[in-house]
Amino acid sequence: MMNNFNAILKTEPGLNRSIIEEISAAKDEPYWMRELRMKSLEFFLNRPNPNFGVDISSLDLNSIVNYVRPSVQNERSWEDVPEDIRNNFEKLGIPEAERKALAGVGAQYDSEVVYHNMKESLSKLGVIFLEMGTAVREYPDLVKKYFMRLIPPNDHKFAALHGAVWSGGTFIYVPPNVKVPMPIQSYYLMGSPGMGQFEHTLIVVDKGAKLEFIEGCSGQNYSVSNMHAGAVEIYVGEGATVRFSTIENWAKNTYNLNTKRASVDKDGTIIWISGTMGSAKTMLYPSSILKGKGARTEYTTITYAGPGQHLDTGTKVFHLAPYTSSKVDSRSISFGGGYAFYRGLVRVSESAIHSKSSVDCSALMVDDISKSDTLPIIEVMNNESEIGHEAYVGKINEEQIYYLMSRGLSEDDARALIVRGFLEPFIKQLPFEYAVEFNRLIDMHFNSKIG
Amino acid sequence: MEILKIADLHAFIEEKEVIKGVNLTVNTNEIHAIMGPNGAGKTTFINVIMGNPKYKISSGDILFKGKSILNLSVSERARLGIFQSFQYPEEISGVTFMNFLKLAYEKVHPEKQMNVLEFGDMLLKTADSLKIDRDFLKRYVNLGFSGGERKKSEILQLNVLNPQIALLDETDSGLDIDALKVVSDGINHAAEMGMSVVLVTHYKRILDYVKPNFVHIFIDGQIIKTGGIEIAEELEKSGYEEVRL
Repeated sequence: MMNNFNAILKTEPGLNRSIIEEISAAKDEPYWMRELRMKSLEFFLNRPNPNFGVDISSLDLNSIVNYVRPSVQNERSWEDVPEDIRNNFEKLGIPEAERKALAGVGAQYDSEVVYHNMKESLSKLGVIFLEMGTAVREYPDLVKKYFMRLIPPNDHKFAALHGAVWSGGTFIYVPPNVKVPMPIQSYYLMGSPGMGQFEHTLIVVDKGAKLEFIEGCSGQNYSVSNMHAGAVEIYVGEGATVRFSTIENWAKNTYNLNTKRASVDKDGTIIWISGTMGSAKTMLYPSSILKGKGARTEYTTITYAGPGQHLDTGTKVFHLAPYTSSKVDSRSISFGGGYAFYRGLVRVSESAIHSKSSVDCSALMVDDISKSDTLPIIEVMNNESEIGHEAYVGKINEEQIYYLMSRGLSEDDARALIVRGFLEPFIKQLPFEYAVEFNRLIDMHFNSKIG
Repeated sequence: MEILKIADLHAFIEEKEVIKGVNLTVNTNEIHAIMGPNGAGKTTFINVIMGNPKYKISSGDILFKGKSILNLSVSERARLGIFQSFQYPEEISGVTFMNFLKLAYEKVHPEKQMNVLEFGDMLLKTADSLKIDRDFLKRYVNLGFSGGERKKSEILQLNVLNPQIALLDETDSGLDIDALKVVSDGINHAAEMGMSVVLVTHYKRILDYVKPNFVHIFIDGQIIKTGGIEIAEELEKSGYEEVRL
C-alpha cells in the first residue's frame, strides 16, 4: 500500500505567498522562476472558476496540500528508492518495462521525481531528459525560452494554480535530426491523501527529430479530495514528429484539471494517444496549434466514465497555416451511471487555406443510467479547406448482446467484448503493458471473464 | 437419440400469441426443414428455442436430451450445444472473427482448450475446407459484410463451434448459386459430423442441396403438416394456400 511516511517536507494546506516561498526555496530556484510563481499566484487568486465543464464547487482548494516532498529524489537506481515506493512502481510494471523497451524513465511520487534514468546511448546523441526542476537549474536559458509560453499562467484558473505550485515533471530536449529509438516514459503517482500534484512536462523536439513519449498517472484512493493540475507543453520543430501517449487513471477521489498543448512547426506532426479513465471529475482538452505550413495532428482518444465519474474531455485544433491537417478519432464509454462529455473545437483561420480536418466522435452508453453528450464546434474562416465531421451517440444494442450470447458468451462477457471492440482503435495504439492492463480493467468493470 | 423435443409450445411477444402449440421432435443427425410464408413465425420459433428474452413462454416445454431448458439463459443453451444462425447477424466492430471465435469456442468447449496457434490452425483448416476466404478471419465480425458473406460467416461459426443441433434461419436467402453451394456444403459437412439441423426456409431451392429427413409446413404459429421432401415439391407447385387446405 502507498503511504506518506516517506514525506520529509509538507507545506500547510492552502496557498499564500509564504507557502510559495517555501516551495521555491526548497527547490533552490532562480529568481525568474520564483517571480513566475508569484505572478501566477496573483492570477490564480483573481480568476474565477471555469464557467463550463464539471462542477467543482465541492473542491476546497484551501484544504489541499500543494507540496509533499518524498525522502529521496532523482535516484538513478531503483535500489535506492525506498521499498514501499518502489513496490508501487513495480506493481505498475515500470522497472520491467524500462529494462525491456524504454529509452528512459522518470518516476514521480507525490511532488518530486524519485527515480530518473536514461540509457547512456541517448545522452551521447545529445538528448536531454531531466526532472523538470533539475532542468530549471541546469539549463535555465533553454527552459526559460519555452516554460509556460504555450500555456501562460493567466490562461485559466488552474493554469495559474499550476504556475504557482508546479513541482516535478519532465524536461526533454531532442536535438535536430535525432530519432529517439525507444519511447521515454514518465509515471506520476499520488500517494498522500489530500494533496495536489502539479508536475510540469516540457518537451522540445528540434528540426527533423523524432520522439515517442509515454505518460502514465495513477494514485491511491482516499476519502478526502486530491487534485491534479499538470501542464504539458510540447514544441514540435520543423519536420519533427512527436507521439505522446497517455493513460490518466487517477484515483476516484481526484479532481483532474489538466492542460496539454502542442505547437507544431512546418511539416511537423504531433500524435496524441490519450486515455482518460480515472478521477472523480476531469477537464482535459489536449490542444494542437498548427502554426507552420503543412503541420499535422492526429488524435486517438478515449474517455471511460464509470460510477460517480464526470469526465469532460475533448480535443482542440487550431489551423493557423496553409496545408495543415487534423484527424480526430474520439470515443467515450459511459457505464454504471458515469457521465462522459466530449467538447471539441476545430478552428481554421483565414490564412490556413487548403487545410483538411476530419473529426469522428462517438459515444457508447452501456446502460440506461449512464450519460453522454458531445459538443463539437467547428469554425472555418476560409472557403478553401476540407472539413469532415461525424458523430455518433448510442447505446449497446440488445440484439448484439443476444447474438453474442447465442455463441456461448455470458451477458457480462458480451458487454465487455462490445466495449473492447469499440475501444479497439485506441487500445491497439497503446504500449503492450497498457493494452493488457486496459483490457483487464474492462473485464473487472463488466464482471467479465474474457481474459 | 432424441436431441430436441418441443412439446405443445405456446409463446407470446407482448400481448400477442406468436407460437400457438407447436410439437416437434428432432433426433440425432436428422435434418428438419421448416417451410412457410413470410410472417408465419418461423424465425420466432427458432428464437424461442434459443431463449430470446423478447418472447415469453406461456405453456409447453422445450427439452434438450430429455431435460427442460426453459430456465436456461441463451448462453447456457449455446453451451449445451444449440446453435442459431441468423438471417441478419449483428456487426461487432473492433472484434476480429478470429478473436471472437476463440472466445466463443472456449465458452462452448471449455474441456478442449487450445492455444492461439492450434486454434488458428483449426480455424484456417475449417475455412479452407468450406472454401471461405481466409481473409474473413482478420476482419471485424460481420462489419460491412455483404449478404452472402454474412451467411458464410454464420456457416463458418457453425463448423467451428460444432454444436449438437443447429437452428438455421433463412440461410439460403439472397445467395447466388455459388454462395448457396458453399453454404449448403457447410451445412452438410456439419451434419456429417453428427449434428442435427432445423432449417427454416422460404424456398425449396436449398433442399436440392441439403436433403431433409422431414419437411414441416409452418403457418400462423403452428406446424400444420409434416412429411417428406414430397410436401416441399407440392408446395412449389401449388403455394401455401393449397397446402393449408
